[in-house]
Amino acid sequence: MSRETLFNAALLLGLIAVPAWAVMMDEPFTITLATRAVILALAAAGLNIALGIGGLVSLGHAVFFGIGGYAMGILAHHAQSYTPLMEWPFLIEGTKFMPVIWLLAVVVSAVAAFLIGLMSLRTTGAYFIMITLAFGQMFYYFAISWSTYGGEDGMSIYIRNDFPGLNTLVPIQFYGLCLAILVVVLIFTARLRRSPFGLALNAARQVPARVEAVGMDPMRLKLVAFVISGVITGLAGALFADLNRFVSPTMFSWQFSGEIMILVILGGVGRLFGPVAGAVTFVALEHFLGGITEFWHIFLGLILLAVVLFARGGITGLVAGKEATHD
Amino acid sequence: MSTILIIEQVLNGLQSGVMLFLMAAGLTLIFGVMGLINLAHGSLYMVGAFAAAAVAGVTGSFVLALVAALAAAALAGAVIEVAVIRRLYDSDHLDQVLATFALILIFSEGTRWVFGSFPLFLDIPDALSGPVTLPGGIQYPLYRLALIGVGLLVAFGLWLLIERTRIGIQIRAGENDREMIAALGVDISKLYTLVFALGAALAGLAGALVGAIQSVQVGMGEPVLILAFVVIVIGGIGSIKGAFIGALLVGLTDTLVGIFLPEVLKLFMDAAPATSAGSSIASMSIYILMSLVLIWRPSGLFGARA
Repeated sequence: MSRETLFNAALLLGLIAVPAWAVMMDEPFTITLATRAVILALAAAGLNIALGIGGLVSLGHAVFFGIGGYAMGILAHHAQSYTPLMEWPFLIEGTKFMPVIWLLAVVVSAVAAFLIGLMSLRTTGAYFIMITLAFGQMFYYFAISWSTYGGEDGMSIYIRNDFPGLNTLVPIQFYGLCLAILVVVLIFTARLRRSPFGLALNAARQVPARVEAVGMDPMRLKLVAFVISGVITGLAGALFADLNRFVSPTMFSWQFSGEIMILVILGGVGRLFGPVAGAVTFVALEHFLGGITEFWHIFLGLILLAVVLFARGGITGLVAGKEATHD
Repeated sequence: MSTILIIEQVLNGLQSGVMLFLMAAGLTLIFGVMGLINLAHGSLYMVGAFAAAAVAGVTGSFVLALVAALAAAALAGAVIEVAVIRRLYDSDHLDQVLATFALILIFSEGTRWVFGSFPLFLDIPDALSGPVTLPGGIQYPLYRLALIGVGLLVAFGLWLLIERTRIGIQIRAGENDREMIAALGVDISKLYTLVFALGAALAGLAGALVGAIQSVQVGMGEPVLILAFVVIVIGGIGSIKGAFIGALLVGLTDTLVGIFLPEVLKLFMDAAPATSAGSSIASMSIYILMSLVLIWRPSGLFGARA
């Protein structure tokens, strides 16, 4: 077993042991923190597919996070106010049923990722970064001006949505649900990386010209990766909204896009468990440094600078060394 | 809809356009010469505005405030170039984005720490306050007119600097072939610090000038930064001419669509939904403009490389 596998196993064990401990000690706040970490890890796991495997530096992933959040917010808002979402051409009602909310979040994120990808993948490098950032800002301003759904103030959802067989109001049950989704996504990512598609995508990141020479279209590979990536981040957005029972345009903000990227880098770009290590570290820093000083972002900035300048592999790189199969 | 209103709005669009140009010129220069994507450019805009507000608060002089803004932003730019940015020229864009994002966090929280969370105010100097009557009887704020003038002057000065001076020749040479001009005996690292400080000073100047008509607060730089990105994507990265045309296009589109689209929609639908739909679409208009330019020309209007 390699050091990275051991490290990943330890992380996963921690994600099971800490909340279990919190249940026994009756510390619901710790479970909320852990849930936040798991959902952020899911959002970052989405970005990690585009960024880590595909090399797409998207600074607009908050778009999908926000879409997931608003999918939850809009459906639950109509359900709790007993107003139909749409009456013509056919009646659509709101719902508090999580699987339906997730389906909407996933479908809309996929469509948005497809359109944004189609537009931004015409360019590369710095253009791609700036364009994804600009599209993010476009959705942000749209959400602010969308007065039907709260405009700048956002929407509060009074009761967490339902999942069959679970009482989602019990913190540990909602946590379990989020963790299960994260594990499924990580297994999917691991398989994706070894699949012909993942290998081709990896090649398209490194040498697009050769990929093209063997008859594959790098643009199409990247577009598919971008859509998968957006869908996962969108799902995380729906869960995040359910955790806070609140959605607002800040879910679309460019700062949040930056934060998702920080999670990936902090943990280690392209590493399977990188997003998990990054998210756990981020939430821990936010909790402990935030408790010491109101200005904890200064320290986050310094840590980030140190990682970029001196520790390129992030936390996973520091603990487990260089990855053999990855450059 | 009167002619006077249209002229007023065109002037407003020009004013925001030339201020955007000050931001975009620095960004595009830094990208063109050093190949660096600098997210912290918005922080330098904020530094300029805060320095101006602080100095104006103590001395009461707007001229001193502008000098302070230029000096503080150029100094901050030179310091971060030497301490951090210099290490990033050979890195990929991802590292540049992250390191400059980290700088934003440090600048923003540092400023909040020193000045607090409440906005500061910078007054328009007495000599430039109040309206002026333009030919045709249009009343327009003198200060905004002065901003247009200053912006155009700086644009002209920048053109002179780049096209007509020795430093400008070195900058243009640096864009084309870094190794060659280093071999010819130009101190490339000094040149880079100079270009970065120049870009920073332009951003600081824009921050101070705009700070007098808006409030000076933490986070004021980032919305402008993202608009400046849209400008240089439209104009073509690395092109000063592109930045100028792009900035005017974005400034005019942003202002005019916001005012006129709801009016146009009212011709086809009820007033209330027309106003809300109009403002929603208007908030997205410049991004739609950017998409259209990209479909037509993926490397921008004046961009040489994609």
